Amino acid sequence: MRADQLLERKAVISGIGQSAVGRRLNRSDLDLTVEAALVAIADAGLTRDDIDGLSTYPGMGMGPGGFAGPAGPDVQDALRLKLNWHDGGGEGPGQIRAVMAACLAVAAGLARHVLVYRTVTESTAQGKGGRQALGGMGGMTGSGGGPPRMMGFMQWTIPFGAVSATNWLAQVARRRMYEFGLTREQLAQIALNGRRNAMLNPIAIFREPLTMEDYLAARMISTPLCLYDCDIPCDGSTAVIVSHVDYAPDAPRSVAHVNAIGTAIRGRPSWDQFDDMTTMAARDAAASMWKRTELTPADVDVAELYDGFSILTMTWLEELGFCGKGESGPFVEGGERIALGGELPLNTSGGQLSAGRLHGFGFLHEACLQLRGEGGARQVAGNPEVAVVANGGGPIAGTMLLTRGPA
Amino acid sequence: MTASGPPFRLLPRVDDSNRFYWTSGADGHLRFQRCGDCRHYVHPPAPRCPYCLADALAPEAVSGRGVVHSYTVNMQQWFPDAEPYIIGLVTIAEQDDVRLTTNIIDTEADDMAIGMEVEVDFVEAEDVWLPVFRPVAGAAVTNAAAS
Repeated sequence: MRADQLLERKAVISGIGQSAVGRRLNRSDLDLTVEAALVAIADAGLTRDDIDGLSTYPGMGMGPGGFAGPAGPDVQDALRLKLNWHDGGGEGPGQIRAVMAACLAVAAGLARHVLVYRTVTESTAQGKGGRQALGGMGGMTGSGGGPPRMMGFMQWTIPFGAVSATNWLAQVARRRMYEFGLTREQLAQIALNGRRNAMLNPIAIFREPLTMEDYLAARMISTPLCLYDCDIPCDGSTAVIVSHVDYAPDAPRSVAHVNAIGTAIRGRPSWDQFDDMTTMAARDAAASMWKRTELTPADVDVAELYDGFSILTMTWLEELGFCGKGESGPFVEGGERIALGGELPLNTSGGQLSAGRLHGFGFLHEACLQLRGEGGARQVAGNPEVAVVANGGGPIAGTMLLTRGPA
Repeated sequence: MTASGPPFRLLPRVDDSNRFYWTSGADGHLRFQRCGDCRHYVHPPAPRCPYCLADALAPEAVSGRGVVHSYTVNMQQWFPDAEPYIIGLVTIAEQDDVRLTTNIIDTEADDMAIGMEVEVDFVEAEDVWLPVFRPVAGAAVTNAAAS
């Protein structure tokens, strides 16, 4: 593919922002979003009058309480934005589909500066209850005061007590153990690495040391996944400004150039019918991204790979080509290779396992920080130039390759 | 550990597209849509055959046999006072790309294995029959790496 056909390269991330991030902040999703948006707009050297595009994932009340974030029109109205282009929704290549859409919008001239946000208030919404099951897929209907009945995909899983993505992905982990000999000690490295990095991140939710002994002794949620294999619900909003590349010279901060996006899904879009459970949609998204760039996995300096569950990061490591299929266990063994000083620094903010479930956008924010050299105590040494961000798991997957300089 | 699945089941909403499936167990047989042209089984139910696009789908009984593709023991108490139960992913014997998320019953967690041969039974609840599976007595564990 010719470089001038790669329209995502017309886009840069010119500004980034985050709201307060924490547990049970008891603030509205709109309040958090406006906070993050104002940080991102200022970071990009812009004012709200410059923002002419708006995009989010998913918005409009999708999923259980605290999942969706505020709807786009509410954010538009709260900031009195005058928009040339707007978009939102829960279908597409992972949570960063909203960023991809913004990139294509600025490339098409539909907008020049797009505010893109992802906001969660799952911690406050879950309140005193535990982690919510029945997550994220919709498909319930009430029936005259009785228990709800399951529709759509939910009808195939919920009646059997497979009520959470934890259950669905536990079966992926078990299948990986069967096919590849993956061990719990290897899987633990994703959680332990995240915690080591979170200890260097002042806003991470969990900053206490975590040992292999702690991991192995933790209670099981759904075998073989234990408590530390599951990310931690939080409240927080992440916002980025996607601008046309022409703006890069005028941006006050170093922009992140969008080098390539990965959007494919070629297997059946289903948690239990996908042809190869050990790859699922990560396979197709990653492959489609590498077809759109001259860069290779060996060029990547920082990897921010979705860890809603630890097993997903293992899948991303393989499907993005950092190791062979089935080899992610040995690849992470001991943890040195994926540590901050290792050959592939991974999930440098602590990821969702320790820093909080900002649902994909936390990885994007962190990748931009690292490319700017603003990672603070957790900054990857050597002026990283290429970062990869992967979002999603199961039948949901999207990837983005970011660079410090233009392609 | 309970050998009969979760203590509380939210049930599927029955409509014209799925009624044959959720009521199939009334006579003890598991049924899937099957294409009259290309003979593929189709699941979940579809308006026409997604393999050959023929408008020739009709429910047809299968053997009820299958192989465990993967499994997990749920330990989290999504429901109050729930004992652990086994969730399985079963590939039907007739076609290796049709899988069911289900419960594996009448066995212990320690006896579970990928590749285990299983057969269908049904949990009747209100207006539906939920297909669950139990190990086939005396059957060997087959190598299911390719299934």
